[in-house]
Amino acid sequence: MSRATQILAGAGLLALALLARGWFEATPARHMLLQYPLLIAAGALIVGALAHFYAGAWNRGGVASLLTAMFAMAFWMLPRMVDASVAALPVDIAKAASLAVLVGGGLRLGWPHAHPLLQAVLKAKAVSMLGILAFLYTHAPERLCNAYLLDDQQRLGEMFLLAALVLAALWIVPLFGLSPHASRTRTET
Amino acid sequence: MRAALIASTLVLTTGIGVLWQATDEGRALTTETARRINVAETLPHVPDAILETMTGAHLQLHPQPGQVTAIEFIYTTCPTICQSAGADFARLRDAVAATAPGLRLISLSFDPDTDDPEHLATYGDWHEADGVIWTVARPSRAALPRLLESFGVTVIPDGWGGYVHNTAIHIVNSEGRLAAIVDPDDIDGALAAARRLLK
Repeated sequence: MSRATQILAGAGLLALALLARGWFEATPARHMLLQYPLLIAAGALIVGALAHFYAGAWNRGGVASLLTAMFAMAFWMLPRMVDASVAALPVDIAKAASLAVLVGGGLRLGWPHAHPLLQAVLKAKAVSMLGILAFLYTHAPERLCNAYLLDDQQRLGEMFLLAALVLAALWIVPLFGLSPHASRTRTET
Repeated sequence: MRAALIASTLVLTTGIGVLWQATDEGRALTTETARRINVAETLPHVPDAILETMTGAHLQLHPQPGQVTAIEFIYTTCPTICQSAGADFARLRDAVAATAPGLRLISLSFDPDTDDPEHLATYGDWHEADGVIWTVARPSRAALPRLLESFGVTVIPDGWGGYVHNTAIHIVNSEGRLAAIVDPDDIDGALAAARRLLK
């Protein structure tokens, strides 16, 4: 994809996530599992197209930008920030900008430079965090967000579990092809 | 290596600092907890309003001098939670005479379109609200949004024609400041807050 196409596609996703905010933010599952990833993808595309301007010693190993992405993600996962973004447009715009730039951009700038060991740790952490959140949201007896119903909160928990399983499968299945035995068979034939 | 280490340390400290601030020093992950902490620490002013009670009379939202008001948001057609909250409010009413004589109770409807004085009176009769210590009332439609916002109450449709909201007992002091918010069944907490303000 050319740089211009990437920026255009990113801007399109960003516009979609913001213009359809009423639909995305009507349920917590759409909000956190559709709109958040859209915003993050938008940022990854846009920052990815500009990335070579920003390659530098400060981000060696991708650690600084991956940490940035993790903290920004944690911030917008706070139930009170989710509530605030539903309630007020300026907060929602701040959310869109920081999920795109800090999370999407942070992952895009950091991930390719990250040591495979760090990548593996982050993958394991993502799956286990989704699992913990799935348990929390399916079992919490009270609403964590004033903006959402208890039923929808439980559905979000189920969707987090599904996301954890899908990510685990996506990341584990390719490992079967990497076993020493499999690679030997490939070279023999 | 050194630049990366410095950058990562900066991100780490900034990130922890931001999360610390955003959670009221690690105390509040939810809007409801944050609202209660803010009220206890800053005693925010809430707007006064003229309410219409279940007898059709007018009542000021702010308490009279020397009095304290406990306000609970309700809607009278609520089948479940508000009814149990109403029963809890009745327990609070029963304790007023003996322990906090200056305390007044208002069940305040956030559905003024449906909750005319007749509906309010039905709800009042059901819970034996006497209209003196405890009354059931509605604000004007125009005053409602600002009231809900200043109290920090979010009302959302429950998908079955009713509503869900962050239910709580709100204690307003005689200066019109929101001084405490407690769970709807925390009668002891509500009484303690009222007595502290009435002293």
